[in-house]
Order: sequence, then C-alpha cells, then structure tokens
Amino acid sequence: MDIKSYKDVFVFAEQREGVVQPVVFELIGKARDLANSLGEKVVAILPGYNISDKAKDLIEYGADKVIYIDTPELKDYLTEQYAQTIYQVIKEFNPSIVLFGATTIGRDLGPRLSARLETGLTADCTKLDISEEKNLLMTRPAFGGNLMATILCKDHRPQMSTVRPGVMKKRSREVGRNGEVIKYVPQFDAAQFKVKIIETVTEKKKLIDIADAKILVSGGRGVGTREGFEKLKELAKVLNAEVSASRAMVDAGVLGHERQVGQTGKTVRPDLYFALGISGAIQHLAGMEESDFIVAINKDKYAPIFHVADLGIVGDVNKIIPLLTERLVKEEK
Amino acid sequence: MMKIVVCIKQVPDTNEIKINQVTGTLIREGVPSIMNPDDKGGLEMALSLKDKYNAHVTVITMGPPQADSILREALALGADRAILLTDRKFAGADTLATSHALAGALKRLEWDLILTGRQAIDGDTAQVGPQIAEHLSIPQVTYAEDLTYDGNRVFTVRKQSEEGYQILEVESPALITVLATANKPRYMSVKGIVEAFNKEVEIWGADKIEIDEEKLGLKGSPTKVYKAFTKGLRAAGQLYEVESEEAVGIIISKLKEKFIV
Repeated sequence: MDIKSYKDVFVFAEQREGVVQPVVFELIGKARDLANSLGEKVVAILPGYNISDKAKDLIEYGADKVIYIDTPELKDYLTEQYAQTIYQVIKEFNPSIVLFGATTIGRDLGPRLSARLETGLTADCTKLDISEEKNLLMTRPAFGGNLMATILCKDHRPQMSTVRPGVMKKRSREVGRNGEVIKYVPQFDAAQFKVKIIETVTEKKKLIDIADAKILVSGGRGVGTREGFEKLKELAKVLNAEVSASRAMVDAGVLGHERQVGQTGKTVRPDLYFALGISGAIQHLAGMEESDFIVAINKDKYAPIFHVADLGIVGDVNKIIPLLTERLVKEEK
Repeated sequence: MMKIVVCIKQVPDTNEIKINQVTGTLIREGVPSIMNPDDKGGLEMALSLKDKYNAHVTVITMGPPQADSILREALALGADRAILLTDRKFAGADTLATSHALAGALKRLEWDLILTGRQAIDGDTAQVGPQIAEHLSIPQVTYAEDLTYDGNRVFTVRKQSEEGYQILEVESPALITVLATANKPRYMSVKGIVEAFNKEVEIWGADKIEIDEEKLGLKGSPTKVYKAFTKGLRAAGQLYEVESEEAVGIIISKLKEKFIV
C-alpha cells in the first residue's frame, strides 16, 4: 500500500429524513483542523435522496468539497446500501482519513466498511490529532472510561474513526463560503440488499440514561423541595444537561430511581457534573468522582463534596441556581 | 433444526475497576471476570429461540484458557456446544483481527443465525459483530432490542435508535447484535451446572480455522495502541466563599474556559 497516494480528510455526512445530523458539522470542524495541519482538503460524503441542497451547509461549515449521492436506495439508512456506496467512493477517491459520527448508524456502517476495506477503525474517539509522521492519533476511552488509549493505524489507509457526538466543536458558519460539489453515481449490487425496513418509530419521550449524559445537573437535600428542583431543571435545560439526584431526593420521590447517582444508583462520568446542595456522602462520591469537571455548591464549607470538586462554591444553592440560569440565558444571546 | 451460534466474550467487570488514588493507575487485581452483558443478552435470545423452535445453540469465544468459565456458564444455561478459540497466534488482536479469527471459526460451523452482543464493556467498540458479518458475506442488524422468528427463515428485529426504534426484517442466514436490555437472562439450574462440567469444551487453535494466518493477532491488526494512560488524579480544586453574584461570575468564566458555554 502506497500510503502517500491517499489524501484528504473525508467525513460521512449522516442524514436522517433529509436532515444532516449535528455530529456531522462537529466532524467537519475537526476535519478542518486535521486537514489544515496536513495541508489537505476536507471532503464530505453525502448519501441520501433529494439531499443535494444540503451540500451548501456542509461547505459553509468548513468542507472544501461535497460528494453527494442522490438515489432512492439511500433514502433511509440500510447497512448494505450505504456500505456499497461509501466503499465505492473511498475506492475511487482514496482518502487518507474517514470520520463517522459514533451514532447507531456510524457504529453500524463503520465496522462493516473497515472489514470490507481491510483497514482499521477506532471507535468512539474523543480526541483526534496529527502526529509528527503525519499519522492520525486517535484517542478514546476504554475499560468503561477508566483508561484512555491513543491508537494509530500507520500502515493501512484510510485511517478511520467514529467520534462521539458532542465532543468536537463545530465552526461558526461562513455564509457564502465556496466549495466544489460533485455528484457520484454508485453501481449497486442489489442482490446483497437483504434487510427491509418495516417501520421507523420515533418515541416522544425516550428513556434517558444519565450515564450517557455529557452534562449532569444533580441535586441533593440542599435543593430541598420540588420547587427547588424546578429551578434546577431550568438550569439543566439551558445547559442542555440531564437532571440527576442524590439518594435523599430519590427516596423523597422528587426524581425516579433511574436518575439516582451513587453506589445504589448509577455511576456517571460526564464531562461536567454540577453537585448542587449535595454534601457528598461516600456512596454518592463513588458514583460521580470520575466526572471530568465537577462544580459543587453547598452551604457547608466542610462538606466532603468539596474534596472532589474542581470548583467549589460555598453558598446558598437556591439563590445561586436561578442567578446562574439567568446569566447563562443572557450569555446565549 | 435451526442452528444458532452465539459469540461471547469474557470481560473484566469494569464497574469494579478503581483508580489507585496515589499512582493514578488502574487497579485490576481482584476485579471479577464475567460474561459480557450484551453477549449474555444474545445468549438468552438464542436460548429462548431454542425453547420455542428446538434450535441447536453453539457458543464460541476467543480468549485465554481461563475463558473456559464463561463457556461452562453458557452450557449450564442451556447451550449445546462450546468452542474456545485459544492460540498465541490470536494474541494482540484488534477488532479486525478478532473478527477474522471468529469468522474463520464460523466458516467451519453450520448456522442459520449468528448472535453477538452489541459491544463489550472493556472496549465498547461495537465492531466485531459487523466485521464478522462482512467476512461471512451475510447481512447484519445491530442494536437489537427484540427479535421474533416466523418459523420460516425470517427474523423480525426491533432495532434501537437515538429517536426510538426501527422494525427490520431479515432472512436467514444473518448476524444480529443484541443489547443486554433485550431480555432478562435466565439463571443456571443446579442440574445445568452439574451437566456443564461433564460436557466437553472444544479447544480450537489457529490451525482449526479457515483463515490466512497473516490476518490474525498483532500481525493482522491495522490498529495499534500507541499509548494508554489514566486520566490522572484529580487536582485539588478551588473553593470560593463569596456573594452569590460573584459566585455565578466565577462559574461562568470557568465554564467558558472549559468550552462548555
């Protein structure tokens, strides 16, 4: 394999019902950094049906080129239809890197392609960089988040990875940005299409697993009442966070058990954990101390929660929460 | 009779892994090894098909000799045949090389349905199932929450998605990856346990499977771990005792610094 003949950073532009998924813009943002340090281009592969008008968005968010495939076979995601398409695009254009969102679609398609291409795929990356030798450094958590590993795929191309949604930053939109848009027509082997969609169901309220949340706003006895929790929920909404609680609040019936953090509840490792009015019993700490960044607010300055907090505020949560919500709303505007 | 093969993996119970607060390294000693939860969901799915349709269930794992214990567990739960793929040539395998070894073994077996867990809790990659399906040129359905069989080669799968779920139909032979939440695994019976220890666990090395040895183990792995590290110890945080307004300002500037706002 002549590695030097592989160029450019490709992004799989996943769409659902014609809507390009948010993770795609985040991937393009990261691909832009990688391509800049390689001196190469960012190329989005956009498969779907009646989706060519989406190419402009991809370019305005940082892609240099969009290869779109517009055909009824690709209207809804199906493994084989998409695998054949993306495989042919990769074989024709020889990208050096291909990035997928670590969604249920990206995590279904990525490995199928890696096996077809006989190349490596690193799952659920949280960090991507270019090494001095111009290889892709792919960092991901393992052992349930207890360990981080940086993976290389030196001798195979393309270097592929799936990236967790919400981890990379999208660039701000550059209206009127120019790029190349080309149409690609794949050759399908329809005999391999063996899976049929019978029904696609959107559930209004999907059960939330707080262990998957990137930001958790967690309340304890100090938040006290249901009214206090309503304030806390408003804060969570502004932060795009999920609400969780200590055992005391779950026992009091303020939140369900599925949202309890701690030894008898769930172990969580979000990027950001707000411990509000939680004193920090050892059972609670066991469930959250490995969060990336912990903000604790408590009126007792000797509360054990401050031993694990990165930022501790001694104060009244019921005063600070609404103020913080208000300021965050202002910041957004 | 329908033939089902379930691919399972022995994993450390990652919930039990702790970080040494002094050295910042993983404490692996005393961490129990278990059958990967999603794989257990796959096994239960196979066993309930066996209950209804009189299927034959084979379990297979790739791992060190001590992985024998999860195969015994599977036999005790009701699996009919157990195969342990173990060979130094398999060592150091990434997902692709692992999938080649398992697919190489599957090529030596008969099956109408292959079940795997969606992902293993030690790596969380969700790759080996789809990679096996590709090597065997059969369709895959991932993230199965439920499966029904029409008795005539068609499986209906409820596939979990971010927005809800999808109902998909696939004809046998197929590979389906299963979630731990798809079902409630049965318990081992005393009779099952006794029988499991009288049953044979077949040991297969690289010479028993249909694969080019270049594709196995470290040699066959396109990805390599460059470095592994723990996130490190939590540094002592800062504590502020200030008026509410000022406290909010401190929090906001910290969130900005962490790129969250």
